Amino acid sequence: MVKKFGSFVANDHLTFSVDKGEIFGFLGANGAGKTTAIRILCGLSKPTSGKIRVAGFDVFTETESIKRRIGYMSQRFSLYEDLTVSENFRFYGGIYGMKRADIKLKTSEMLNRLDILKYENTVIASLPLGIRQKLAFSVAIMHTPEIVFLDEPTGGVDPITRRQFWEMIYEAAASGITVFVTTHYMDEAEYCNRVSIMVDGRIEALDTPARLKKMYNADNMNEVF
Amino acid sequence: MPSENNKIMSDLAISCNGISKRYGNTLALDNLSFSVKRGEIFGFIGPDGAGKTSLFRILTTLLLPDAGQASVEGYDVVKDYKKLRNILGYMPGKFSLYQDLTVEENLRFFAGIFKADIKANYHLISEIYDQIAPFAHRRAGKLSGGMKQKLALSCALIHKPVVLVLDEPTTGVDAVSRREFWEMLIRLKKEGITIIVATPYMDEAMLCDRVALVQHGKILATDAPAAIINAFPWQLFRIHHSNTLSLLGKLKQHPKIHSADMFGEFVHATAETGKLSTEEISAFLENEGLGQPQVSESEPDIEDCFIDLMRMHVQSDKTPA
Repeated sequence: MVKKFGSFVANDHLTFSVDKGEIFGFLGANGAGKTTAIRILCGLSKPTSGKIRVAGFDVFTETESIKRRIGYMSQRFSLYEDLTVSENFRFYGGIYGMKRADIKLKTSEMLNRLDILKYENTVIASLPLGIRQKLAFSVAIMHTPEIVFLDEPTGGVDPITRRQFWEMIYEAAASGITVFVTTHYMDEAEYCNRVSIMVDGRIEALDTPARLKKMYNADNMNEVF
Repeated sequence: MPSENNKIMSDLAISCNGISKRYGNTLALDNLSFSVKRGEIFGFIGPDGAGKTSLFRILTTLLLPDAGQASVEGYDVVKDYKKLRNILGYMPGKFSLYQDLTVEENLRFFAGIFKADIKANYHLISEIYDQIAPFAHRRAGKLSGGMKQKLALSCALIHKPVVLVLDEPTTGVDAVSRREFWEMLIRLKKEGITIIVATPYMDEAMLCDRVALVQHGKILATDAPAAIINAFPWQLFRIHHSNTLSLLGKLKQHPKIHSADMFGEFVHATAETGKLSTEEISAFLENEGLGQPQVSESEPDIEDCFIDLMRMHVQSDKTPA
């Protein structure tokens, strides 16, 4: 994958693959080119060159097929704050083309899983951040996508909620959803099956956390980074 | 500087007594009391929504508390706000410089407001500002996140503040840049500047002289980070197995295990001191079908402490008075 903005090379010949059902950590410094690459993988931006397939579809010609098969959640924006919990589910379910009955079923299933049925008719703005982030993840996978992209999903979240969030990620992966995730928390890098580390638009390292630690003779991913 | 009759306070940079702040039905700050010594790096460690920004806005005279008193360098945050603003450096969590001014114009603007001499104080910011000086004529809005952060810190420092207030300066910043930022803070401390800093990253607590762990507008603990770790009441085990999720589930079922949480590739499990051994845990896991687990005793880190204090508070909140 190559992506240039004028003379600036944001993604410099990225080559990697992610297995079905894998939790893949996409790490890198600010400005290393992570967001640019994610936008390309989600079909939101065209790469300059490269051969790239997501869920079997080409990012140059089949972006609509890609969009139907992925979920996306970012730290900054995911849910509409002035809509209630169930309205958000209805809205996103509609966007994903789900049937009304399925949306209803999924909504109650997800709220039960989080044990927050009582918030069904509460507007998002008045919910604590931790619950919002867990809801945003539930919404991102409500249509059972093949791949879910998570862009810094746990930034600023308390340590207990952060761990509950990762338990949800594990469950999603166990159910067959591929998870593509970015994070600045290096302990979370160790929850991934494999991680790549981007520096200045290039992938400098890609392997399992255990092998990377061995390779760089480091005690933890913070040192590897 | 504090007046003569404020001598008792003379080694305190900040003192805060029973500060509360409410927004509608939300109690953002619940009767907070703490003090910060001169020359300390004092950290407020806690997640979003803990009340860190409200507290910092009160200390920087930008928000009025509903109850309580606070003073910085002997100046009351309500009555003496004009004098106080001259000696404070404040870096808000949200980038608040002028996006359509260049790097250099922003610096000159802030120096001008405080009637500060850029040359005389340049030594304070040289290590930071030199890195963005090549972009002196670029508009602030066009800078990368890391460069914006360096410019904001330069602008907060150019009038040589006595107390520096930093609201989440490292949020969303990568691990390497975070480390560099902290090295900078430690150098500023050597210049005699008192620093209070808010962060959601638990590992940064270890770089502070003292910390307050905050959650839901309450202080869970205030002390030196090492003292908070020393006060951890449980015995801690570090356990590894390739199937982390099932390891976690099994450990939570063990009657003698108080808590089990993921920490990177390990699970940290706690139990009453002396009540459980590594051999017992290994045998239990083998018996549950998780063969060859690695189990060792371990020291807690600040995140273990935070998690434990959070759980204690949740439980005490639920106990009827």
